[in-house]
Amino acid sequence: MTLQAETRTAIERARDRYPLARSAILPALWAVQHEVGQITPEAMREVAVILQVAPSEVEAVSTFYSMYFQHPHGRHEVIVCINVSCALRGAEEIVDHLERTLGCASGETTADGAFTWSSTVECLGGCGGAPTMQVDHHFEENLTPDRVDLILGALRSEPAPHEGRALDAGGVAGGSGDAPKARRRGVPATTGPATTEPAPAGSEAKSTDAKKRRGKAAQ
Amino acid sequence: MARMAEYRLLTKDFGADALQTVQGYEKVGGYQGLRDAFKKFTPDSLVAEVKTSNIRGRGGAGFPTGMKWSFLPKDVFPRYLCCNADESEPGCFKDRYLIDESPHQLIEGLLIASYALQVNISFIYIRGEYHDQRLLLERAVEEARGAGYIGRNILGSGFDCDVIVHGGAGAYICGEETALIESLEGLRGQPRLKPPFPAIKGLYGQPTVVNNVETLCNMPHIVQRGGEWFKSLGTEKSSGTRVFCCSGHINRPGNYEMQLGTPIRELLEEECGGIWKDGSLKAFQPGGGSMQVLLPQHLDLPLDMNAVQEAGSSLGAGAMVFMDETTCLVDVSMRLVDFYRHESCGKCVPCREGTYFESELMHRLEAGLATRAELASLADICSNMDGRCFCPLGDTATWFVMSAYKYFRDEFEAHCGAGRCPVRAQATALVA
Repeated sequence: MTLQAETRTAIERARDRYPLARSAILPALWAVQHEVGQITPEAMREVAVILQVAPSEVEAVSTFYSMYFQHPHGRHEVIVCINVSCALRGAEEIVDHLERTLGCASGETTADGAFTWSSTVECLGGCGGAPTMQVDHHFEENLTPDRVDLILGALRSEPAPHEGRALDAGGVAGGSGDAPKARRRGVPATTGPATTEPAPAGSEAKSTDAKKRRGKAAQ
Repeated sequence: MARMAEYRLLTKDFGADALQTVQGYEKVGGYQGLRDAFKKFTPDSLVAEVKTSNIRGRGGAGFPTGMKWSFLPKDVFPRYLCCNADESEPGCFKDRYLIDESPHQLIEGLLIASYALQVNISFIYIRGEYHDQRLLLERAVEEARGAGYIGRNILGSGFDCDVIVHGGAGAYICGEETALIESLEGLRGQPRLKPPFPAIKGLYGQPTVVNNVETLCNMPHIVQRGGEWFKSLGTEKSSGTRVFCCSGHINRPGNYEMQLGTPIRELLEEECGGIWKDGSLKAFQPGGGSMQVLLPQHLDLPLDMNAVQEAGSSLGAGAMVFMDETTCLVDVSMRLVDFYRHESCGKCVPCREGTYFESELMHRLEAGLATRAELASLADICSNMDGRCFCPLGDTATWFVMSAYKYFRDEFEAHCGAGRCPVRAQATALVA
């Protein structure tokens, strides 16, 4: 057995919620990736035992979905959208900038292991704040090269978001729970879609004019 | 500045204090629709009311929701309801907005629909990329459970319903309803052969309805104000409002809720603030990456599903992408074709191979390397895909590029043998 007890419990809890245990494969793989950082053959075998399916069924699922990692990634995940809405507003400049400043190509990990970055044609759904990227699953919008530097600079020395943290509610998390607050340090806050983090009184999130809240970051 | 064009029904209370909590949502009248549903309707009369409203699905295909609901066979239980929050259509970000701003409006709509369909377990399938939105929904579901809106004997009605939030993991195809069901069952998200339709044999082989986030968000309003009232909004064939995701070369990108029937021009000029940098419109996509391109002359079309269809495109999932005169339509087509190549699930040959050939060709064309003969093969590739694929993904992978080729043939041909993108070259020359 290689998975931590906590991860196993999360997978069992997910299994018991569904009418059919197999339905919990996706949540189980999220829990595995959350703990291990990737989907390993050993972990897949353990998931298969808990859910009473063949290991090959777990593997078939894990290789179909693009968000499950088959090899180790850096501490932080950076994904830049290059689909139409972002391309029309400068995504290429952001991609060039990342390649230059991180010193590695799309799909690769920086030498210090801090970032794995990639450009994706899969529209992230941040078109209203294009160009957009996701950093550890959080949206960062209206990007400029300077903003990218601030965001990544604040994050470079931070641990991976899930390190030393309990699995989030439901135990079937997509990885990170809430991002460490430190990553906001020195970064102009993105307004836009309601943040799920409680906002301190008088903060930008709370005072955002309702009319500006249109699923985009305010200019 | 007067901004009269917008009509806010679903988005009326967005921005209200603590709207993401049960208490904040109740303060603006939230969950009254669910109470009314139990008080005023039987499940059957509720289905009839939704039929009266004439609401059509907001996910892209525009199928009448009441009719979809009435396809469920009588007396076959259990039944399931899946909310499709796998929003992945290029240019589309309304479901994320609706969830971010008011998760309980979606949960209330889901519960109303569950009552009408007599469903005791409902699912919200949300795309993996919407990680924060999934956490928000999970918290909202637990809060609603604590407040007695989810669980056994909801509000003393005798109706039981559980809600499970299920996160995807990066697959556009899971927005197709049978692929979504496969994915929920713990399988690779590949579409199923229809028939049998999900209404007859869906999740776990049981009768199943799949509805889009925005469709369900309309339910509290239909219940409280009545199907007849709802039908009076919009046009005869497209009732109600829709949230349009506006992006691209415009001054104010964002989501705008419009009464259907409003001219597209009003959306662009009054809400979006027109084309940026005082430029002019070259082309736009009225329904997301899957739909055909339209031209400035189409701006006077009403936001009406049938009218846009007659003009050769579709309102699709409500994503409007506007492009100014500097845009290269070959480049845009290439990006969309790349998207379909990446997202093809691999189940059927025309889609799996067709998107590959399309993409290879478009890359050579955009780089100015393709010959005229190669370009001529584009129509052949596409005609071997459209209508020949297992599910609509492969069909729609041809629609934008073929419409762009039709309207901008000169631009496509100018790329042949040019050694570079001529549109980009021209833009660079203008700057220099």
